[in-house]
Amino acid sequence: MARPLGAFVRPVPGSVRPRPRPGARATLAALLTALLTAVLVAGTPAATPAAIAAEDGSGAAVATEEARVPSGSGADAVELDTTLFVPDSATPADPAPAVVLAHGFGGSKDSVAEDARALATRGYVVLTYSARGFGASTGQIGLNDPRFEVADLSTLLDRLAGRDDVLLDAPGDPRVGVAGGSYGGALALLGAAYDDRVDAIAPQITWNSLTTAFFPSRVGDAEPTTVAAAPATGETGVFKQVWAGLFFSIGGAPTGGLLDALGGGPGAPGGGPGGAAPAVDPASLDPATVEQLLTCGRFRPEVCAAYQDAATTGTLTPEIAAVLDRSSPAGVLDRVDVPTLLVQGTQDSLFGLDQADANARGIAATGAPVAVVWYEGGHDAQASAETTERLRERVAGWFDRYLRDAGDPARAGDGGPAFEFPAPTGVASGLAVQGGGGRTVTADAYPGLDGTAPADRVAVPLTGGVQPVTAPAGGSPAALTTYPGLGALTAALGGTTIEIPGQSAAFESAPLDQAVEVVGAGTVDLAVTAPGGTATLFAKLYDVGPDGVTTLPAGLVAPLALTGLSADPAAPTTVTVTLPGIVHRFEAGHTMRVVVSTTDQAFALPAEPTVYGIAPVGDGAVLAAPQVPGETSATAGVARWWVLLGVLVTLGLLGWLAAVLWGRRRRRVVSHVEPDGEDVPLRFTGITKAYKDGFVAVRDLSFEVRRGQVLGLLGPNGAGKTTSLRMLMGLIRPTEGRISIFGHAAGPGAPVLSRLGSFVEGTGLQPHLSGRDNLRLYWAATGRPAEDAHMEEAIEVAGLGAAIDRPVRRYSQGMRQRVAIAQAMLGLPDLLVLDEPTNGLDPPQIHAMREVLRSYAATGRTVIVSSHLLSEIEQTCSHVVVMAKGQKIAQGTVEEIVGAGGAVLVGLADGADADRAVAVLEGLPGVAAERTDEGVVAELDGTSRARALQALVEAGVEVEAFTPRRRLEDAFLALVGEETR
Amino acid sequence: MTVSGHVQPTGAVAGYRPERTLRLSVELRRQFKRRRTLGVLALMVALPLILIGALQLGGSEEAAENSRINLVDVATASGLNFTLFVLFATTSFFLVVVYALFFGDTVAVEAQWGSLRYALATPIPRARLLRQKWYAALVLSVGALVTLVAVALVAGGLAFGFGDLRTPVGLSLDQGEALLRLAGMVGYLAVHLLVVGTLAFWLSTITDAPLAAVGGAVFTMFVFAILDQVEQLGSIRDWFPTAEEFAWTDLLQTPVDSGDLFRGVVQSLVYAAVFTALGFRHFARRDVTS
Repeated sequence: MARPLGAFVRPVPGSVRPRPRPGARATLAALLTALLTAVLVAGTPAATPAAIAAEDGSGAAVATEEARVPSGSGADAVELDTTLFVPDSATPADPAPAVVLAHGFGGSKDSVAEDARALATRGYVVLTYSARGFGASTGQIGLNDPRFEVADLSTLLDRLAGRDDVLLDAPGDPRVGVAGGSYGGALALLGAAYDDRVDAIAPQITWNSLTTAFFPSRVGDAEPTTVAAAPATGETGVFKQVWAGLFFSIGGAPTGGLLDALGGGPGAPGGGPGGAAPAVDPASLDPATVEQLLTCGRFRPEVCAAYQDAATTGTLTPEIAAVLDRSSPAGVLDRVDVPTLLVQGTQDSLFGLDQADANARGIAATGAPVAVVWYEGGHDAQASAETTERLRERVAGWFDRYLRDAGDPARAGDGGPAFEFPAPTGVASGLAVQGGGGRTVTADAYPGLDGTAPADRVAVPLTGGVQPVTAPAGGSPAALTTYPGLGALTAALGGTTIEIPGQSAAFESAPLDQAVEVVGAGTVDLAVTAPGGTATLFAKLYDVGPDGVTTLPAGLVAPLALTGLSADPAAPTTVTVTLPGIVHRFEAGHTMRVVVSTTDQAFALPAEPTVYGIAPVGDGAVLAAPQVPGETSATAGVARWWVLLGVLVTLGLLGWLAAVLWGRRRRRVVSHVEPDGEDVPLRFTGITKAYKDGFVAVRDLSFEVRRGQVLGLLGPNGAGKTTSLRMLMGLIRPTEGRISIFGHAAGPGAPVLSRLGSFVEGTGLQPHLSGRDNLRLYWAATGRPAEDAHMEEAIEVAGLGAAIDRPVRRYSQGMRQRVAIAQAMLGLPDLLVLDEPTNGLDPPQIHAMREVLRSYAATGRTVIVSSHLLSEIEQTCSHVVVMAKGQKIAQGTVEEIVGAGGAVLVGLADGADADRAVAVLEGLPGVAAERTDEGVVAELDGTSRARALQALVEAGVEVEAFTPRRRLEDAFLALVGEETR
Repeated sequence: MTVSGHVQPTGAVAGYRPERTLRLSVELRRQFKRRRTLGVLALMVALPLILIGALQLGGSEEAAENSRINLVDVATASGLNFTLFVLFATTSFFLVVVYALFFGDTVAVEAQWGSLRYALATPIPRARLLRQKWYAALVLSVGALVTLVAVALVAGGLAFGFGDLRTPVGLSLDQGEALLRLAGMVGYLAVHLLVVGTLAFWLSTITDAPLAAVGGAVFTMFVFAILDQVEQLGSIRDWFPTAEEFAWTDLLQTPVDSGDLFRGVVQSLVYAAVFTALGFRHFARRDVTS
């Protein structure tokens, strides 16, 4: 009954943040730890047996076998629908232990398929099946009747024993564990009691006694030793009406259609599979069968009758008790002598923590190992995916310990902690938004079990005098606390419950000085009077915040069926009430409030109106709240995270140290210093820059610049001028060659770059700052002393006047340019590199700039200017390097390059004179002349231009133009021409 | 004038020391002269005030009827509560953008201005330039975060009273304890947001467009945030850079559940270290052509 009901209860929507997915947190830690371990103990065989086993298991491929297994005899013979999961690691040579997984009420073998597969991949042969009356199995529901359902289990064990890939303890006795939730959990317990071949069990959220579960009465002296013990129901109890109704309705509906059932469909009693559905003749039907089907569905008649009896009268009759007790492990626990892992939910108004508590006590008494796990979830609220995964892991660990490694003494006591429960929080049930975050507390023992110390209880005094409470006629209106399967929803409706005024008595503690964590069921003594001698009451323990907000932990209620009460208010009867078993933290400043009310919508209520008197016993009521000390898992895990964090920081520090040392070493091995460095501020030696795409921007460039020179770097766009300058600034790495600045190798971050001032391609000014701020901040960034900047001189060079304090974004192109050049000149660098410095300047500014550069070089500093304009270079520079297509074409002083006395171009007024002019010129000593498209070109070679012109004029040739023809320009134009052509 | 007297053996000019280039104070001064920096800080001051106005306007009746438990319901309980609400509202978008902006802007904007080449030719060693930029971005980002929280705390306190912190589940924390936890939250966020910050930082060394770096980082985070909604991805999502972005809310619990916080911190640091290393590696090798 667990899974299907839980399935439609979703966690409250609108969660503040997604919770972590299962296992991931552990995985990260494990991965990092593994990584680090591998690093730290490299070379040592680090694999543990567990790790090997996990590797074996995780890789296992799983085959499934479907089968229909006949079970039982005579009228009760059924066919069970089964699936066997066989891992490929299970072979006749290496047989594996087996696990039978039983499903919850209303489920089928498919509900546990995921669990089965997980277990099978760990190396177990896993058998799942639909219990009789469920899924595709035939038969009727007998509520885990030892004659039917439990016998079916034995049939299945026989089948497992017959397989050669299943490990056998003895012939016919497989090594087998049984696990299941709710209905399946009880089957595990009963199976272990009735079939000795079961070796270990892991029942979850299941019952100890159906009588106590459906007719609870938590009054009387409980077993005082264990934390969640509740008194077993005696003669009377309060009928848990709504849960019982839900429970019955699940099994009450016939499978398939009604006609199928009547016509011999798979769900019909005695029917078998197969046979096309025949037409049903209504006349042939027995009216009693129809009625039985409609009212009882798939339940066996005696179960059905017991329910109908209970639902009608709301009282526990011996007949009902007989049916319920037969299906309860309570009476046969002394026969359950196998290791048992009991998993129970804290959000469970159907089978509370007291049920697992009773099972634990009973089984521990046989001497078998028992571990108890409480988790956030249960029949009222689905567990988080993380919790589900953790529980699955826990169950598998239990079977690993007691099935697979049963004979291994090294693994003794390794089945996990004996007691585990969610860390108590002050959060109301269902509000998983900020829940405990999946933290658990583990303890070495379940307090109060055989041989362990009983649970500690802290006494909390309660105040509150005698209070009359009324029970309304017909039991209505009734308080609404929790609703079966919807506990979470109730809590979500404002987080409080609905109490009807006048129907409840409250006893309250003082605000707590310090937080109280209640783990288990508290007890309180109350004095009760009832005119009729009997009373039906409901006790609850509320958490009341300082602002008056009340929460009912887990929405749980303790019903009390009281008899033999005094009617005399002067001499009330003292009753000991066991409050619901909870895991809750009452924060400091909160108060604990015990409320006793007369109604609750989840239970059958007496119809007679009455007034009860409820009072504290003696001086005042005292709540005895159980405590369990233990270790919170997250605290244990935190150490691991600290270690990880520490390792991470250490790694970071080591990396940083390595980087520093490496950097220092690199600085030390900086290449040799050329001895003539101070005289040669810049030297390119065989520089080539080739990009990855094959483009060669600069090819084998070599030149040097001497101190005091103004060097012009001349070339058309794309000649590689800027690339060369960028390489010299350390922005681009040359593919080959060496650039020396004052004898030191240039490169990214080379200290010698501090002697360089540069202006290359764009001003690099911050537009939102003024020119002055730009200069200041630039200098500040160099970290050099302010007095070295020579700021005022630089500003003078910029020549902006008052505009220097305006934001750069309002500057004209020329103004920006001048600020940028001033920036390059800050600190009066020994080598000044300017790329196209006069672009965008007007003629007077260009003139002034030339003066600045010339005088700058006159101080013994060196200036490099690049330009694509010949005239620019000619007027500014003393030396020139001509580049085109990444290569140096010419180098020398401007005079050398421009060439006095070189060639002249003679323009003639009449083209017909050309031949005559050539003849005249060649007549001069050493002169060679030729006709070209432009006119006549003559190589004068020593002959002065005046002489040549005179000769032409004397010969009567009409000369229109007579201009020096520069070699530089020839080369230049030829190259540019080539490119444009 | 002779030039040989003022040169160090390394070839550097006298007065130049690599470890003094681009000091943090200088970089911060440069940043604080930018309107963008001042704008973001102004926004950090304005946002809590706007939210206070909105909360005052909206009236509390409807909020009280909202049965969903979240931080909005208790936002007006006290200044501390309001601060939590502000943090909650800004974690997944606003703070991400702020971090991406400060970190993504670092190198790319210098490239865009063209000042990067002059800085490198100063020379500021490349690794040092990155390091100083990284520190400055961290100072600015954390400064913005702290400004936001401080303003929210003070303005929220003035508007809603300097009371105790009430968590959505009705627990209260006294002021001292709550402030301590708040400091923890700010610390956690400062570390967790480094993931987006360092991603933007890495992108900033790749591109010359600051917008591309900032946008790329924010976009990546959003893609992961969207993928985080895809349940089918299962536990893969825990490895996303966006994972555990709300783990700081765990600090509201008593006792504090530190598992997710630690995972968040460790995972964020690993991501941040990887992205930062990638940034440094790329920048050290790249040709600066801006």
